[in-house]
Amino acid sequence: MWKILRQIARTGIRTEPAPDCGEPPRAEVERIHRELLDILGQALTIRQVDPGSCNGCELEIHALGNPYYNLEGLGIKFVASPRHADLLLVTGPVSRNMELALKRTYDATPEPKLVVAVGDCGCDGGIFGESYATCGGVAKVIPVDVSVPGCPPPPLEILRGILAAVRRKVSA
Amino acid sequence: MQIRGLKLQVEPVRSPLPVFRGSVDAKGWEEAARAVLAAHGRLVSTWGAQAGGGGAPFTVSAAYALPAGLFWLQLPLEAGRGYPDLAPHFPFAGRMQRASADLVGLRAESAADGRGWLNHGVWPESFHPLRRDCAVPERFGAAQPYAFVPVQGDGVHEIPVGPVHAGIIEPGHFRFSIVGEKVLRLEARLGYTHKGIEKRFTQLPPLSAHRLAGRVCGDSTVAYAWAYCMALESAAGFRPPGRAAWLRALLLERERIANHLGDLGALGNDAGLAFGLAQFSRLREDWLRASLELFGHRFMMDRIVPGGVAADLGATGVERLLRQCDDVEREVRRLREIYDEHPGLQDRFINAGKVAPDLARTLGLTGLAGRASAQAVDLRCKPSWPPYDALEVRMATHKNGDVAARVTVRFEETLESLRLIRAICATLPHGPVRAELAPPAGAAAGAGWIEGWRGEILVALELDGGAIARCHCHDPSWQNWPVIEHAVMDNIVPDFPLINKSFNLAYSGHDL
Repeated sequence: MWKILRQIARTGIRTEPAPDCGEPPRAEVERIHRELLDILGQALTIRQVDPGSCNGCELEIHALGNPYYNLEGLGIKFVASPRHADLLLVTGPVSRNMELALKRTYDATPEPKLVVAVGDCGCDGGIFGESYATCGGVAKVIPVDVSVPGCPPPPLEILRGILAAVRRKVSA
Repeated sequence: MQIRGLKLQVEPVRSPLPVFRGSVDAKGWEEAARAVLAAHGRLVSTWGAQAGGGGAPFTVSAAYALPAGLFWLQLPLEAGRGYPDLAPHFPFAGRMQRASADLVGLRAESAADGRGWLNHGVWPESFHPLRRDCAVPERFGAAQPYAFVPVQGDGVHEIPVGPVHAGIIEPGHFRFSIVGEKVLRLEARLGYTHKGIEKRFTQLPPLSAHRLAGRVCGDSTVAYAWAYCMALESAAGFRPPGRAAWLRALLLERERIANHLGDLGALGNDAGLAFGLAQFSRLREDWLRASLELFGHRFMMDRIVPGGVAADLGATGVERLLRQCDDVEREVRRLREIYDEHPGLQDRFINAGKVAPDLARTLGLTGLAGRASAQAVDLRCKPSWPPYDALEVRMATHKNGDVAARVTVRFEETLESLRLIRAICATLPHGPVRAELAPPAGAAAGAGWIEGWRGEILVALELDGGAIARCHCHDPSWQNWPVIEHAVMDNIVPDFPLINKSFNLAYSGHDL
């Protein structure tokens, strides 16, 4: 046990400020909290759906949970069921074999729901395009609020996309 | 070059690894399978293709690994003809053959399992995407239910899981048949991420298709890009500059470490030690940031290109790399000690998801998971290729075949890859990192065979008229997915995520 504690103490806190939007970091975090509370009255919950990606985007979404980005520290967490989710974070392309599963996941998510499409393939099918096997981007199958391009987009860009979707809902 | 006990007409493919290619007839197809089995060789992959030229309209290929190298055997097939089933000799071939039936419409004769594999009923059974004359359907149906093997008996019930999983994972369906908490049987249904990659290859110019290869499986982007470039370069009879080969190996070892760091954290977490995830995910993030800084991409996507690499390393870059190797090694050793001494963690790891060496051999378990079950195969050690032939890679193996063994192999491979990175930095030859590569104008074939972090990756490429006629990508997950179904038997359901993670197999790399 003491080795674990020593390692924790040696590592210290590595969490970095939330994405800079022109305010001091502390204010930024507080504003994100406030916005989330205004729209949802609770923490933002996300259900991630991979309807056919190469798994590159999933690796970067995973990274959002590491101590540097500390997603949960912002009041955002991933949940196991769409029924518990406020936002669907969907990569792409949407394979035809996953089209039905994605639609069902969307239908199972309670209103008001947000959808963020992640990655070049989530935006428009990327290098895989549209074919006998893929429908193309996420918007071909379910309504999308915000798209985050990149192959794959780095974690901060994905976080910005999530926050942009929430803000859009606040201002709407 | 010959397989013992077999007369074959094979020609060497000009690959950095020993690869031979030749034709067989139906009798030779079966004899080869038997001879390979008798010589303790392995089936690496099998796939079908529509042939070009004036010969038989189709071919089915099998790639066998033997001590002498890789034998790529092709059986020409007339339209409507089947070919001898390989599954009785190599069980995992069954799913690959079902994929060939879906994609090309070639069937293994008297195969026990006739269910579709990649075609989930969305497109008509008569549509075979890899046939050139097949028109894309105008309408697509909904995915159809799958005939899982039913398990019956007192108290047996089923748990269906997926395709949308509870975590941030790729999609697949697992059907558990359970008594109490114990798993009697698991059957997986994959193919959900099938996105027509092999068809897409034929629509891309050979000099830019490395980008697609790098997106077959995101966590193995370096390995696939290298395998594709090796295949294209061998088809063109081209040798990349020396410095390029060394830099490619540097990127591949960095990819291996990135994945092992991620998995070691996730395995700790799945066994209830969140501290492990926090620590290893931090190390992984440091590692990815250095890749971005030095090579321009966190996963080093599109850095391996036909003709060489699209990145170079100066003296300050080398210094940065070496410093990072020292930092990571110090921390990994410290964390390994914590993992090894943690009773709760070891209690979950030891004996979970066990695959005994005999079973591993019979089922063809390969790559990292194979090495954890005493299957001592690592292409970097043997047959090896430049620059690994100058690096004397030390293979990590274990004989217990449980989650703990797969964790141990990951720790040891991480440390060995750190050593390799230091050795590469010390001997990196000077010179250009890329040379002009002209794809052959006529019919040509090439093969790329790479030890990725998960296991051996094969890219078999056929060119015709300056375009890609067929590009088959093989992921070791094809071999290993069926083995998970054995590994979880008699384990409890809550241990499945841990066991599954300890294999960490690809969905996208498998589904193509």
